[in-house]
Amino acid sequence: MRALVAMSGGVDSSVAAALMRDQGHDVIGVTLKLWSGPNGEAPTAGCCTVSDAEDARRVAAELDIPYYVLDYTDDFKDGVVDRFVRDYTSGQTPNPCIECNRTVKFDRLLNRLGEFDCDVLVTGHHAQVCEVDGSWALFRGADPKKDQSYVLSMLTSDQLSRLRFPVGELTKKKVRHIAAGMGMRSAHKPESMDICFVGQGDYRGFLRKQAPEVFKPGPVEDTQGNELGTHDGIVGFTVGQRRGLGVAVGEPRFVVRIEADTNTVVVGDRDDLEVTSVDVDHITWADGNAYEGPVTAQFRAHGDPVDAVLSGSTLTFDESQHAVAPGQTVAFYSGDRVMGGALISRANL
Amino acid sequence: MIYLDHAATTPMRPEVWESMQPYALDVFGNSSGVHDVSRRAKNALEEAREQIAAMINAKPMEIVFTSGGTESDNLALKGVAWNRSPRSGVVTVATEHEAVLEAVDLLERFDDPATVVGVDSHGFVDREELLGALNEESAVVSLMLVNNETGLVHDLAAISAEIKAVDPEILVHTDAVQAYSSQQLDVDALGVDLMTVTGHKFGGPKGAGFLYVREGVALEPLAHGGGQELGRRSGTHDVASAVGLATAMRLAGEDRERFVAEVGLARAEFEKRVLDSVEGAVLNSPEHARSPNHCNVRIPGVRNETLLLRLDQAGVAASAGSACQSGAATVSHVLESMGLSAEQARESFRFSFGWTSTVEEAGDAADLVIDLAGQLR
Repeated sequence: MRALVAMSGGVDSSVAAALMRDQGHDVIGVTLKLWSGPNGEAPTAGCCTVSDAEDARRVAAELDIPYYVLDYTDDFKDGVVDRFVRDYTSGQTPNPCIECNRTVKFDRLLNRLGEFDCDVLVTGHHAQVCEVDGSWALFRGADPKKDQSYVLSMLTSDQLSRLRFPVGELTKKKVRHIAAGMGMRSAHKPESMDICFVGQGDYRGFLRKQAPEVFKPGPVEDTQGNELGTHDGIVGFTVGQRRGLGVAVGEPRFVVRIEADTNTVVVGDRDDLEVTSVDVDHITWADGNAYEGPVTAQFRAHGDPVDAVLSGSTLTFDESQHAVAPGQTVAFYSGDRVMGGALISRANL
Repeated sequence: MIYLDHAATTPMRPEVWESMQPYALDVFGNSSGVHDVSRRAKNALEEAREQIAAMINAKPMEIVFTSGGTESDNLALKGVAWNRSPRSGVVTVATEHEAVLEAVDLLERFDDPATVVGVDSHGFVDREELLGALNEESAVVSLMLVNNETGLVHDLAAISAEIKAVDPEILVHTDAVQAYSSQQLDVDALGVDLMTVTGHKFGGPKGAGFLYVREGVALEPLAHGGGQELGRRSGTHDVASAVGLATAMRLAGEDRERFVAEVGLARAEFEKRVLDSVEGAVLNSPEHARSPNHCNVRIPGVRNETLLLRLDQAGVAASAGSACQSGAATVSHVLESMGLSAEQARESFRFSFGWTSTVEEAGDAADLVIDLAGQLR
């Protein structure tokens, strides 16, 4: 098989490339150049130095596989960064990593597999793909603490048939062990936690630079509509947030809702964050068959799965859930198998 | 491997490597020293300088050894803008190498007057705009002799004469990095005051070049220190590289007639096959006024990133004209300033031939391009 391995420079994709090579496949390593600078500033010489790409390049050299950097800056800007800004502007809580997986990594790269004369796309995600009754399906990764199937929940069976996640059947410890055994430079590299284009984990600073116009002052109100104070822009807030509300009241207050239409941040107490059901859109079912009925739903990358019932586009939780916000992805599971995914469009208290 | 990226760099000629070795091993002295091993190094350095000067019709003291094209371009422009003359304005062209454009950008940020002149759809500088940009603040005009992406050759002698006719005090610099293998460089005939040359584009060592500086032109150095190169470029000399540079220039000069003829044939074979067999393929390079070794071609519907990857997999090395440091293909500023859209620039390729190229391998590479372009459409 000819495999195109998306290499980030981290330990998982490095080991994924090594495993594919050692299984006897023809392997090509690629890194996607997505963004110019950590804060979006234009590079000064029309050039880019991506230190992670450099790590990937060195690993590819150690593995003696060909390696290329592919330019996806336009797709990333349009599909991920602009959308990230737009979602925050409209009061949503986006997950840019999922959007990047969906629109850039998988959609674009899978469509180009033939161009690269490759049969499968390989990444270092902790998830597993198997053929079940003639249809390709996605399952949770073998290491429960590192499982990334949630962020892959929008993949279809057709896409999965051309995807391989070789480290998904391993624990993270085992992955690092393999990397260390091969003397790989990325063996002990720390996990990347930040949103790659934001840097330093400060998305508000990023938004302030990218879209200063969205920092428009507006009212902070309680759930009864009483104005408690002002905020300097709804993009600075996410549902469930407790700090930095700019209102002085006795008991703990949380952001319970963001109303983009009226530029209002609504705060309440902990109980006001309890969500009984959510409306979803953009539903993708892996096998293409729409489903209704009891499901296991997960709405955070490492959140606990909860029982719910899906009816039409409404997902009703068996027990109310805390701080679920529009814009988040919900993944549907049956046991360890991913049935599909959707975006939360509205949270119902 | 079929290597068609000679505009990026060339394989070293074996005789060049041989000529360098004594100065890396036995004659290792610091050319500024007072003892025998240093004297012998110094002699070799000065002999290389004399040889190089003679080959471009210059005086030995007009040769400043540098680390190559980028440093020479920077030294020429910043050195002149920052010398003690009251003039500090620079005028250049949109299709120059980044080494020139970025140096000009820096000067502009330091409040030196800077103008970047446009080009027509072939890449020829707008001469009216160029001359119109000159004024009493203008210190230097920088105009590339052979474009690194398209191979376009500017009529430097004529343009230089026009500049001097406007104001004889304005200096003319040329980045001649791509030119030496295919044309003799005579600084008087070209009418230049400053000229950038680097060795690795014609079989010499990397990291070895020079800036020609006409006698009487004052330069503020970029590297201050021990005062080597008459104070214009401090730092211990790389004697082996200077010797290798001189050897490469001699060999490339001797090989020039064959180069122009045979490399031209190889390129012609390549272009004929590709243009005949790939529907819609068009040259970005100009038909005339082009060096014999550059071919910049656009294949509509084929993304350069993809075809270059496939060519590499099949053993053919080519480029997209400009690559960023990460290796990702970027949109060429040269093609964009010639009026190509970003999408058209992403469908453009640079195949550059060199002293090792043969008609046979040019034909083989063309057949592969034709085959892959068919698959990718």
